[in-house]
Amino acid sequence: MSPILTSIVGLPLAGAVAVALVPRNYRFVIRAIAQAATFLSMLIAFWMFWQFIPGKDGFQFVSSFEWVKSLGITLKLGVDGLNVGLVFMGTIVAFAATSMSYMIKDREKDYYLLLLVMITGILGAFASLDIFFFFFFHELALIPTFIMIGVWGKGDDKNYATFNITLYLTLGALIALVGLIALYVQTGAKSFDIAAITAYVKANPIPVNTQNWIFPLLLFGFGILVSLWPFHTWAPLGYGAAPTATAMLHAGVLKKFGLYGILRIAVPLMPEAARSWMHVIAFLCLGNIVYCGLVAIRQRQLNLLIGNSSVAHMGLIFLGIASLSVVGVTGAVVIMIAHGLLAALSFAINGHLYHQTQTENMDQMGGLMKRMPFIGTVIVATMMAGCGLPGFANFVGEAMTLFAAFKNFHLVTALAVWGALVIGAVYMLRAIRNIVHGPMPEHWQRANDAQGPLRKLPFILLGGTLLVFGCFPGLLTEKIKFSVEPIVNMANSTPAPAHK
Amino acid sequence: MNSTLISLELAVGLIGLAILLIDLWTPLARKAQLGYVAAAALGVVLVLSFTIDSSTAQYGFGQTYVRDALAMFFKRFFLIAAIIVLIMSVEFADRIQAGISEFYAIVCFALCGMMFAASSNDLVMVFVSLELITVSFYVLTSFQRAKVKSLEAGVKYLIMGAVSSAFMVYGIALVFGIAGTTNFQKLAAAAVTLSAKPIFLAGILLVFVGLCFKIAAFPVQMWAPDVYQGSPTPATAFLAVGSKAAGFVLLLRLLFSAAPDVTHRWGLFLAAIAAITILYGNLCALPQRNLKRLLGYSSIGNAGYLLLGAVASNQAGSAAILYYLAGYLFTVLAAFTVITIVTRQAEDEDITILAGLNQRSPLLARALALSMISLAGIPPLAGFFGKFLLIKAVVERGAGHPAFLILIGLTILGVVISFVYYLGVVRAIYWSRVIPDSSEIVISMPARVTLCVCIAGMVIFGLFPGGLINAANAATNALHF
Repeated sequence: MSPILTSIVGLPLAGAVAVALVPRNYRFVIRAIAQAATFLSMLIAFWMFWQFIPGKDGFQFVSSFEWVKSLGITLKLGVDGLNVGLVFMGTIVAFAATSMSYMIKDREKDYYLLLLVMITGILGAFASLDIFFFFFFHELALIPTFIMIGVWGKGDDKNYATFNITLYLTLGALIALVGLIALYVQTGAKSFDIAAITAYVKANPIPVNTQNWIFPLLLFGFGILVSLWPFHTWAPLGYGAAPTATAMLHAGVLKKFGLYGILRIAVPLMPEAARSWMHVIAFLCLGNIVYCGLVAIRQRQLNLLIGNSSVAHMGLIFLGIASLSVVGVTGAVVIMIAHGLLAALSFAINGHLYHQTQTENMDQMGGLMKRMPFIGTVIVATMMAGCGLPGFANFVGEAMTLFAAFKNFHLVTALAVWGALVIGAVYMLRAIRNIVHGPMPEHWQRANDAQGPLRKLPFILLGGTLLVFGCFPGLLTEKIKFSVEPIVNMANSTPAPAHK
Repeated sequence: MNSTLISLELAVGLIGLAILLIDLWTPLARKAQLGYVAAAALGVVLVLSFTIDSSTAQYGFGQTYVRDALAMFFKRFFLIAAIIVLIMSVEFADRIQAGISEFYAIVCFALCGMMFAASSNDLVMVFVSLELITVSFYVLTSFQRAKVKSLEAGVKYLIMGAVSSAFMVYGIALVFGIAGTTNFQKLAAAAVTLSAKPIFLAGILLVFVGLCFKIAAFPVQMWAPDVYQGSPTPATAFLAVGSKAAGFVLLLRLLFSAAPDVTHRWGLFLAAIAAITILYGNLCALPQRNLKRLLGYSSIGNAGYLLLGAVASNQAGSAAILYYLAGYLFTVLAAFTVITIVTRQAEDEDITILAGLNQRSPLLARALALSMISLAGIPPLAGFFGKFLLIKAVVERGAGHPAFLILIGLTILGVVISFVYYLGVVRAIYWSRVIPDSSEIVISMPARVTLCVCIAGMVIFGLFPGGLINAANAATNALHF
């Protein structure tokens, strides 16, 4: 039993309870509680990340509480190389998102309550080692997302976007849930514990024909949650309408839930089905990389551009998973972490610009460097990271993924490189030119840079982490690869006996 | 004759009669308060019910009556529902011109019928207890005599109720004709020879249709939206929770105590009924603007989800029905209590009356929003875990069988559709564009407590389901699968 993960997940929840008890007009206290809870959670996560021992067997920092004994459900939290980085990244984004919430002036108590519940759900989903809670925490974040976009969201099609994102995510989650339950029933392990199920399946492989109907449920259920093409339409719309913090948390962290689920559960437990579906995934991921990249080129709104580019980046992660090799999957996990920081950073920038100028239309922007040297620099760095510039963590992940994928999928990888590097560069560089350079329109005269260290902190934290992981990728890869190895080995194991 | 066996039912019936008597000596202005007296008295009965040991089944009255764990589970369920409905009725009393005490008394009589239904061990008992419930509801649904809608609801319920009673009696007659008995155990013992005979199957089918009327399942679901909309809100609430649960306990007894062999062969038939009910309820609820009508269709959809537990034909499925109903009790009663209070000034129950509810009364807004979220099936509320258990039970029964996979697919579709209208209510509460009335809403102390109890019920059953699952498992031990 280790209290580390319990406090990482529990602090935001405790914060939510505390916020609920504070009277409505103590606005400063409410904000301070939210900031303190997420900050402490981040510090503890940092310590956990530092103390994590790469290559040690099994899960670390495990804590478990029995929940429903008769069904074998335990609230079990723990990390291995696969999710230690994701949890750490999640806490950074959570703190940054809370810091960026200073823009919210209306019904602050409700807002922070929902934000903290959403953060609890997100961190819990990545820390859970029990498939019931894995799902439970993900769904916990759903209603806060819905209400936050609805009440504090922006744009004309806010209502449509709110329902669109909620229905899509519910559909994906429920399809995945059926797959998860089927897995639980099929394995006969009488436990929702991932470790127990994995051990059981290692000894008694699931028959191939059973794999063939469970795997697609998980693949497409989780795929919808990750905005796998062609189920991606909810993402740019929803993120465009969401308030800054919600978009940061959702695009940055929560969206990786489906990928994590595929890697943790679907691929290792159902190797035959996984291998036969990987070709399909490789082609679908081109839809993300090329199609959504082209869509992003056409966008005039910064928020939609970021939304579409974040969908496009998901394709590279899928490609890494499809390679089913240690290098490729490790690269995919690195991109998951890097993209989480990048997406949060992009939406934080968008939020700051919208707050200052009340517009997201890039045609009305320009010459921003003069008024906002700090934000301008962050924009250039972010966009460059988005193109895959060496020095940022994205480069590391993309390079690993593409190298590994080329072995199995020549054509797909060639097209993906073209899509990721050329198309990505086109819209990112055009965005830099439109926003940062050129003549400055009149109405920008009153726009302000991020003022004071506190307002700059979220940008520095997110960008800094991206740089550190980019310059010292071993911090991530050394942890990830030891946990990826058994998954890849299981996925490439010899066929299971067909009878059972 | 062991009459202590029916002590709880007797007590409830006596409370109803006592209310009618006390009414004679109560001044007009204070008659509404009698609801609290009745609720308190039922509370005592509820507490006393926990002194009864029901671990072994006890039979009485010529084997027509059984007191086992399943019966006690539902008796307590009905008592809690009636207490909340009575408190709700006091809030509603200003809208009933005359005879509010009779309203309370009839609620007690309906409750008495439900408690007998929970203990039915014989088709005759099933019919008698159902008639006691249904006749009481004929009166309750048309209690607002000056309101045409209420009378219309009463008449519709009367006609549909009479038709389905006729179905049921005919079914019972057929079963008795071929089997020579109406006792559940004797029917189950003779199942091997009986279940091959078409007349027996026809009889069971007709009884099943009669029960479908009570739970508002296809093909006799048509009455639900009209009656829900027109009836006085507390009567609707009791109909939605008590009457539906009574239908389900009888369904469980019929399917898994009287004719388990037939049930097992009817897997696909039940699956089809469940699927149609789910789709019908959820699709029709989509365009509704009237809150009570919306809940009427949602109640049909929920009957469909609950039928999944019967489709599963295993203990996990029946326990899931019990669990789901327990969560449903608090969820639906919270919603109807809020509607009762909010509509005090409003003419009808259009969804626009919820505009600005968050500013007018945060407690009401929270209770209704949580209730909708629980109905939609989102953690950490009771509705989520209930749906989880139901789907799990069906997967256990038919993993890999295409028909059951289709059923699960349609269920998911139904749940996703239901998000649109449940969350539409949440939207109306929190971000309506126009707020016509922003005056604060005053809530009486008992109503406040009731709402808090309902919220606590939803959250506690959702967060700590272990105890309730054990109770549901213990209650369904006696059934045969």
